[in-house]
Amino acid sequence: MTENYQSIEANFRLKRNEFELDVDFKAPGKGVSAIFGQSGSGKTTLLRCIAGLENPDRGYFNLKGTCWHDDKQSWPVHRRPIAYVFQEASLFAHLNVRKNMEYGWQRITKDQRKIQIDEVVAWLGLETLLDRQPDQLSGGQRQRVAIARALLTSPQLLLMDEPLASLDTPGKAEILPYLESLYQTLDIPVLYVSHSPQEVQQLADYLILLDQGKVKAAGEINTLLTEPQLPLAHFEDAAAVLNACVVGHDKTFHLTSLAFNGGQVSVSYNALPIGHKARLRVCARDVSLALIPPQHISINNSFPVRVVSVNPDRDPSQMLVRCDVGGQSLLSRITRRSVQTLNISPDKIVYAQVKSVALMK
Amino acid sequence: MDFTQFDPQPIYLTLRLATITTVLLLCIATPLAWWLANSRWRYRQVINALVALPLVLPPTVLGFYLLLLLGPRGWVGQFTESLGIGILPFTFTGLVIASVIYSLPFAVQPIQNAFAAIGRRPLEVAATLRASPWGRFISVALPLAKPGLITGAVLGFAHTLGEFGVVLMIGGNIPGETQVLSMAIFDHVEAYEYDKAHVLAAGMLVFSFIVLLVLYWRTDQCPPRHV
Repeated sequence: MTENYQSIEANFRLKRNEFELDVDFKAPGKGVSAIFGQSGSGKTTLLRCIAGLENPDRGYFNLKGTCWHDDKQSWPVHRRPIAYVFQEASLFAHLNVRKNMEYGWQRITKDQRKIQIDEVVAWLGLETLLDRQPDQLSGGQRQRVAIARALLTSPQLLLMDEPLASLDTPGKAEILPYLESLYQTLDIPVLYVSHSPQEVQQLADYLILLDQGKVKAAGEINTLLTEPQLPLAHFEDAAAVLNACVVGHDKTFHLTSLAFNGGQVSVSYNALPIGHKARLRVCARDVSLALIPPQHISINNSFPVRVVSVNPDRDPSQMLVRCDVGGQSLLSRITRRSVQTLNISPDKIVYAQVKSVALMK
Repeated sequence: MDFTQFDPQPIYLTLRLATITTVLLLCIATPLAWWLANSRWRYRQVINALVALPLVLPPTVLGFYLLLLLGPRGWVGQFTESLGIGILPFTFTGLVIASVIYSLPFAVQPIQNAFAAIGRRPLEVAATLRASPWGRFISVALPLAKPGLITGAVLGFAHTLGEFGVVLMIGGNIPGETQVLSMAIFDHVEAYEYDKAHVLAAGMLVFSFIVLLVLYWRTDQCPPRHV
């Protein structure tokens, strides 16, 4: 039962015409859990069920021991301690930015206001926008206001339905850093709906994979991204994420070193403090394998890994090798011929050479 | 033209009737329009059609049935009599009731369209921001439907000014009680007092034109905003 108090439990069944949502999952009560799937997989419907915006045939929802929805009761939307960020900003057209932000804030009691207006204005960089009307804002600005407005209800659960999907590339780039720092600042669980592998790799700690209204898999981001049985590992941009820690800076070569259990890598200089916990994204196609510690090559980042499994990939000439490095998983996409020539097989210790690493947060 | 004989009473009476009718119309049409715009009841179109009936019926048909219904043998008439209010036809109150029913579609339809145009999203957003159903209606639906409410009120007012057939059937032509402008004009024409008829008729023509002009000009100035 103690586990109950730290987790999110959801169980919904809803039938609409041809579509059926039938899910049952648990997610951690902290961090970002991404609900990932293709369009039509039921992600938004699931989020709407959690918010109380849909009327499911069967429903159960429990947030850290508080049940909002079961056979006997279903809290109305306005009583649920959630914040919901919709795909489109959906600001109230008749209110200016400040009034939009105050809308939910005014509707909770003073002692419930854990997040203050000044705080969110600073977090989301809204200082100069407060007196504008919604139609005077860019898409990215509108979405920032919508996020601020939602947060000002001091929610216990943040629901985000593809908040970047309606934005163009610059708009996405504008919001992402805000989201990353928000998730680190706020101590509330986030359910983040997305169909973008890149967003998931960047933001999520936990992953719920939806397919045709059913949960196909749920688990830690690192495990699921590198699971060869799941489609994520076979995307063109398939990547593993590694939790690492900043250990040093090299001013001469303009590098920052990050260490993780079983290895160390250098990336372009980034002014993060020593000890800062960061996430590294390593694309499967950027990892090559060698039988001996590599020498005389330009790639700097190399460390020993243990082969876990060797799997066929989408392209029959390629193989996907899942490796273990200090308890975390890494993917390497190499040719079928190399697998044979080097005799890459499970439990073999090989050297991963990483051509490029992205520092995510 | 002899202005010393000019009787402004029909003008006051008409404006009073139109104002009271408009206020009542807004009170009735707004919730009705909200319900029509949001209901998923399968027979809601029956209500829609009933509300729209005055658009197509000759006013005399409406007036005739109202007369029977409100009259001493009608069940509404018997009810009002038992309450001690008396019989409503040929009174100002009767005229107000008839006007409200007659102008109802003119108020309901623009308001209903405005509510429908808002869509579900702003109300869902308001719900996730802790607004109760009533709070959502007051703080989101009404302000966003404001242009429709104004249009409904203006059309209801203007339409009440111009009614004739219903007044003829249920109001009669009692000076100071039910003799509205359109009746007064009719009387003047019947009595060959064309100059008096002209004053009232031209005044109404100009007034109605200005009302409609302001209304259309206004909708042109503030097109609906979608964000």
